[in-house]
Amino acid sequence: MEQKDVIIRLEHISHSFGEKKVLEDINLYIKKGEFITFLGPSGCGKTTLLRLIAGFLSPDEGIITLEGKDISALPPYKRPLNTVFQRYALFPHLDVYDNVAFALKLQKLPVDEINARVQKVLKLVSMTDYEDRNVESLSGGQQQRIAIARAIVNQPKVLLLDEPLSALDLKMRKDMQIELKEMHKKLGITFIYVTHDQEEALTLSDTIVVLNDGRIQQIGTPTDIYNEPQNAFVADFIGDSNLLDGTMIRDGKVRFAGHDFDCVDSGFGENTPVDVVVRPEDIYIMNNTDAAQFTAVVKSCIFKGVHYEMYVDSDAGYELVIQDYNAFEVGSEVGLIIKPADIQVMHKERLCNTFEGEMTSATSVLFMDAEFDCLDCGLQKGDKVKVEVDFDKIDLLDDSHESDVEAHIRNLLYKGDHYHLEVKTAEGYTFFVNTNDVWDRNDLVGINILPEDIRLSKLENE
Amino acid sequence: MKTKKVVSQIYLWLVLAVLYAPIIFIAIFSFTQAKSLGNWTGFTLDLYKSLFTGATSGSQALMEALKNTLFIALVASLVSTVLGTLAAIGIFNMRGRWKKSIQFLNNVPMLNPDIITGVSLFLLFVFLGVSKGYTTIILSHITFCTPYVVLNVMPKLVQMNPNIYDAALDLGANPFQAMLKVIIPQLKTGMLSGFILAFTMSLDDFAVTYFTAGSSGIDTLSTFIYADVRKGGLTPELKPMMTIIFLLILVVLLFVNLRAVKNTKKS
Repeated sequence: MEQKDVIIRLEHISHSFGEKKVLEDINLYIKKGEFITFLGPSGCGKTTLLRLIAGFLSPDEGIITLEGKDISALPPYKRPLNTVFQRYALFPHLDVYDNVAFALKLQKLPVDEINARVQKVLKLVSMTDYEDRNVESLSGGQQQRIAIARAIVNQPKVLLLDEPLSALDLKMRKDMQIELKEMHKKLGITFIYVTHDQEEALTLSDTIVVLNDGRIQQIGTPTDIYNEPQNAFVADFIGDSNLLDGTMIRDGKVRFAGHDFDCVDSGFGENTPVDVVVRPEDIYIMNNTDAAQFTAVVKSCIFKGVHYEMYVDSDAGYELVIQDYNAFEVGSEVGLIIKPADIQVMHKERLCNTFEGEMTSATSVLFMDAEFDCLDCGLQKGDKVKVEVDFDKIDLLDDSHESDVEAHIRNLLYKGDHYHLEVKTAEGYTFFVNTNDVWDRNDLVGINILPEDIRLSKLENE
Repeated sequence: MKTKKVVSQIYLWLVLAVLYAPIIFIAIFSFTQAKSLGNWTGFTLDLYKSLFTGATSGSQALMEALKNTLFIALVASLVSTVLGTLAAIGIFNMRGRWKKSIQFLNNVPMLNPDIITGVSLFLLFVFLGVSKGYTTIILSHITFCTPYVVLNVMPKLVQMNPNIYDAALDLGANPFQAMLKVIIPQLKTGMLSGFILAFTMSLDDFAVTYFTAGSSGIDTLSTFIYADVRKGGLTPELKPMMTIIFLLILVVLLFVNLRAVKNTKKS
């Protein structure tokens, strides 16, 4: 079972900070010599995962093995891994040489050897002749190089990099990306890289692990992740995309944006609700409307350097974004074609909100720590129930005082003709809402649900 | 325009004169032998001589008090620096409400009037049955000095990149080595200013020492002078001693300031 080329294996890793679960049941293996990236928005748990591997945290559950040995309980100074920290974390009281030599001096190596190894890594990061410089007198990019030199001088089996380029300006970042990639090739060791920048992840990695809310969303090569996202989150997070609700009519036929399209996906069953993603560069746009699958009116057209980015309103009322080398006049009617292979069909993660609740009377039910009126359907006080509410049946209110539930908008996805919002209550419950209203991330909202929109079914007591 | 400048100059010198007149007054009269302050009986270095040779019983007692003062201040401020630094690191790594409460509790002893600290320590030692002496004085001084060290070290911790401790561990240092080789060097300046502040607080103290020395017969400068005045008249050698202490402080301050100027110029 144990593959020879696996260097690190994470099994059932969970971790919480106090009450808050930041990682849940992470399973992952990392191959020797691989450049692997943990990618996700802030707060998704990617840095926590890296710190668990480095040993600064120990997992609540699960084990971490390095070359087959369990290292979960090993303190960081006994793990043969080294880290490049966010904002460098160089030692300000030491000069460049002593920073790089820190690990070697701790091992009490002979002076000649320390010297030789420090010189070697300084050369590798093109920072020779800087030995005596005070680290705080160096530029951000130079400090970054020293941080890398310090981390690789001890010849770690794995190099961990925690958003190492985030403090650099754009130009510098691009240059450093290329250098990191070359360094990875030259050193031949495993790189584990953490970033929230999807472009950086696509550029650098052999493998990308997309994380959100403490769970792995998808693991794959950059092309896999981009071309075949497995769910709406990944599709939205990586690159630009048109994300739409659709219905898989049968194998090879999907309906979305008001039209039926041929596609290459199968195995979803018949008339199954799905998420559909089409990349903006994969929609063919032309002035000829006769040969098109459907038509649209151009709403805006912006020059982006290499291509034009256009927003169009389709004939069925969906807003789509299209990238093309040619500009189309705003207000003109255009024809659109989407090829079967360019349509990515994904399982929906959920079809409606489901909660566990308890009847507080025949016509009221308690869920999400709040009481809601419901229709009398023969249930009695104290009955445990499964509560279902459709996404579009939850009203969001501007004024949270009018409601028993206070919640924040966590995430939003635009689905062409409506927004799909992820909302989290103060008590930590998460629910999803479809709405045409425009909300912003972190908006504070109250909620209202009509009694007839609450579906109840009794849970059998065990 | 010109008169305005002159007026402001006069004002400045007036303020300085008021501030420094008392010490200059003592310095001048340290060079004469007259028993009562204010009488000039001709220039002489006799008081300096007798201070250092211990020619009179008064000067001997004075020197003894000075030694006590310095000894107590040195021990108390050294211990406070160690305790305060550890406490600051501990508090810094706490989270949430606890951190806030402990920081608040740290500030209370500094604002608490000395007399209350003194009396309550006195009562505590009586209650615990600890006999009065160096132990009680030094323990008390450590008690009121430590919060100042915490207060001086804390900002250094806040400025520090939070990852450098992790970085040291990552590079193979065990927690003790990381503390010694990475954290302490970052806190050095804060610890030094905490130490100096603790030292001067201890030198200065009267109320706490008075209550915790009890009848042990141990006198620091402040309690000695207090007793001396009540016996009638100050020991004359006090004047040269005050002058010397003032000059020493002046030299130290000048040195520190000049170094600071040099450092800012360098960077």
